[in-house]
Amino acid sequence: MASLEVRKVSKKFGNLAALSEVSLHAVDGEFLVLLGPSGCGKSTLLNMIAGLEPVTAGDILIGGRIVNDFAPKDRDIAMVFQSYALYPSMNVHQNMSFGMKVRGIPRAQRDAEVLRVASLLQLDSLLDRRPHQLSGGQRQRVAMGRALVRDPKVFLFDEPLSNLDAKLRVEMRTELKKLHQTLGVTVVYVTHDQIEAMTLATKVAVMKGGAIQQMATPQEIYDRPANLFVAGFIGSPPMNLVPGTLEEDRGQAVVRIGRPEDDLRLTIGALAEAARPHKGARVLLGVRPEAITPDSGDAAPGTAFDALIDVIEPTGADNLAFLTLGGAEVIARLPPNTSVAGQRIRLTIDPARAMLFNPTTEQLIG
Amino acid sequence: MSAEAAVGRLPAASAARRARAIERMIIYGGLIFFALIYLFPLAVMLLTSIKPLPEIHAGNILALPAEPTTDPWKAAWSTACVGVECVGLQGFYRNTFIIVIPATIIATLVGALNGFALTKFRFPYHRLVFGLILFGTFTPYQAILIPMARTLGTLGLSGSLLGLIFVHTIYGLPFTTVFARGFYYSVPQELVKAAQVDGAGFFRTFWSVMLPISTPILIVSVIWMFTNIWNDFLFGSAYAFGSNAPIMVALNNIVNTSTGEKPYNIHMASAMLAAIPTLLLYVIAGKYFIRGLMSGSVKG
Repeated sequence: MASLEVRKVSKKFGNLAALSEVSLHAVDGEFLVLLGPSGCGKSTLLNMIAGLEPVTAGDILIGGRIVNDFAPKDRDIAMVFQSYALYPSMNVHQNMSFGMKVRGIPRAQRDAEVLRVASLLQLDSLLDRRPHQLSGGQRQRVAMGRALVRDPKVFLFDEPLSNLDAKLRVEMRTELKKLHQTLGVTVVYVTHDQIEAMTLATKVAVMKGGAIQQMATPQEIYDRPANLFVAGFIGSPPMNLVPGTLEEDRGQAVVRIGRPEDDLRLTIGALAEAARPHKGARVLLGVRPEAITPDSGDAAPGTAFDALIDVIEPTGADNLAFLTLGGAEVIARLPPNTSVAGQRIRLTIDPARAMLFNPTTEQLIG
Repeated sequence: MSAEAAVGRLPAASAARRARAIERMIIYGGLIFFALIYLFPLAVMLLTSIKPLPEIHAGNILALPAEPTTDPWKAAWSTACVGVECVGLQGFYRNTFIIVIPATIIATLVGALNGFALTKFRFPYHRLVFGLILFGTFTPYQAILIPMARTLGTLGLSGSLLGLIFVHTIYGLPFTTVFARGFYYSVPQELVKAAQVDGAGFFRTFWSVMLPISTPILIVSVIWMFTNIWNDFLFGSAYAFGSNAPIMVALNNIVNTSTGEKPYNIHMASAMLAAIPTLLLYVIAGKYFIRGLMSGSVKG
């Protein structure tokens, strides 16, 4: 186990810049998730950490040591691949011990190590099977076992759950989290699935276009996304973004929404220092669906509004209500059985959970 | 459904069944007809090889032998005259195996290694290298006869079995490389990455991970190399002399050296003997051959 640091790392394929000056830091025992859409450079970055892709510029440090010029085997890492990449001609035992065999570890020690990890992952009864005789979930566990046997400093996961069906994916996600809690190892995990990122990570790095958009804890990324991309990428349904104009009313920040004749104003709490220069300018009001609730009469002044519900999507736990607010479509997460489509309803926005974005720079204001 | 309707449909159903039966008969009839045409020469060879000469001279090549004999086979094996020496095919049989086995093994393994390097360890100009190797598969044998003769002369390998092993290995490599490249193209790159992370180098990855999953394409290479070398006449007649000749050259010499009355039965027995190894190989490994070709071509 060890820390991992990526310092201003860039990668170019010919003239194409895949990564530009990316910096990351994962402390010992961190579960760092690299999250982003396909083509954002997250897998390239993981391959560079593994030593499978050369670094164009910058440094990669594992346990405080620069490993740029080290071969994968000398970096003390283990990797789990999307396709699992189990050796088809070898059985589970051979698959798990191949790395140790290549390193010349004596047979007795190899066997002991395989047995230890096999019992940890409940693979004991499968050791003689070939990969093609295993189910998807079992293959996944073998791939994990192959990574665990060598007790490496850093574990690298490249979308390890994306080849599993939905139910198994959720199960394996929990198993993975338990495993991380038990072993306390350092993990770098690549995924495009924001739920995996939210549930597993201790720290998330959201990537787009070869650059990190935001790096923080999952909760922080959810509550205070650094820009519109992160706001839209995290959360299902995504954050509501309503265009408006920022005004000040007795020290309070007020967003005027829609046409002037609508006279729709929402107060979102005290005007922050950072928001002051944007007074009178166009802004995007960002509100999570669950920050919009039915008004029971005790809403803070200026935070309530009337809206017509266009559509209701019941999820069981709650109803997703689609409304129109100042010309923009807004989704509110309402308690079940409280609303029907076509109904006019009075709602309120939690000012503490509203945020403002600059529509030109797409950055969070404040 | 009414009773009339059910009855009314019966003739139509049986007509359809009859049409299918006729269709089957035409298909099978055609297949059997063509099979007979293709088997006809083989049958004539076999029948002729077990007849005494007077029966052959009687004229009917399809007649069953009145007095079947194995003498022509024995003669072909050990006493038939090959050129001036009457030693039969046995020595040439051995020659050909001495050429075929090492050339097949070396070209198959090195071809697989090439294919692996060309698909999984992309090096600069790998496309150009592959293009040149591909060019090798289109080069006709005749074009390299004289340069190769010079090369063998310079290496001191003229007229030797080692020289023929060399020529066949070199000439087989472009083909085995192209086969293997097509196959390894469809093998996921992540397998190689996993081996790298496990600490395996180029040769270890090839030997422990890739080769064990390459059976289909290795069989294609082996069959290709074996039959081509076994059936080769051009290189054999150009680069080997006398007792070092391979089987096809010896067969030609048996057929061409007889003076006076031609022992057709011995000729046919010799030809059968010369053809048996390749026939056996196809019978044993033929289905893998098709499978291997498919696995390379469909995904490659």
